[in-house]
Amino acid sequence: MSLTKIKTRPKDGATEILVLVNHPMETGQRVDPKTKEKIPAHWVQKLSIELNGKTVADVDMGVAISKDPLLAIVVKSAKNGDKVKVSWSDNKGEKGGTDATIGAA
Amino acid sequence: MTPMNRRTFLKGTVAGSVLAVAASAGLLAPTRVLAAAWPASAFEAKSIDDALKGLYGTTATAESKAITIKAPIQAENGAVVPITVSTTLANVEAIAIMVAGNANPLVANVALSGAEGYFSARMKMGKTSDVKVVVKSGGKLHTASQQIKVTVGGCGG
Repeated sequence: MSLTKIKTRPKDGATEILVLVNHPMETGQRVDPKTKEKIPAHWVQKLSIELNGKTVADVDMGVAISKDPLLAIVVKSAKNGDKVKVSWSDNKGEKGGTDATIGAA
Repeated sequence: MTPMNRRTFLKGTVAGSVLAVAASAGLLAPTRVLAAAWPASAFEAKSIDDALKGLYGTTATAESKAITIKAPIQAENGAVVPITVSTTLANVEAIAIMVAGNANPLVANVALSGAEGYFSARMKMGKTSDVKVVVKSGGKLHTASQQIKVTVGGCGG
């Protein structure tokens, strides 16, 4: 099962929201060294970051995003106690996500 | 030497079956509010111009000094190249990252609403090439680019 993590930290008077998704991000171009067959593509296509229920970032990703995507955005209006929610979906229809509270350990 | 997977990926073209998967996945788009369908045409584009058309319907861009790209000048491992884009432009609506040397240049596009003009990610690069960042602000497209050198040795897939 894919794991999703959120980390927040202050950055120049604003809040940086970092999102890490454990995902293989297969490009569909790699060849299995044993079977010599192409490994089917499997990558995260959409990822959205919500702050207190409002979408602040909507990311469309291609296969060229590295394995285990780590993304970061900066939100100025965020403050301690605000709720961050991340949800993603990949090309196989798998979904994942998590939530966190800014300022919480 | 055995074929190097990373390069195989970048040199090859996307197989038809992959396109089909991508297209059907687009139809199964996430149910999240405001989440538009994944822009398959932009991600499958083979050139930056085509990707721009797929995303924004235009290729009219202007160079901007207000965009900062923070990325290594030389990346040892093309599978993980960190890139951070920040801009002082106001009202940033979207930031797209494209790698000219990749088979499909568009790496990611982020639509921002209420967030600052900042986006950071890690991406794959097949070879040394220019990275182009497109920032949509106030309905206009602003760009900046930087060359990133990718060390070929030690790729090992």
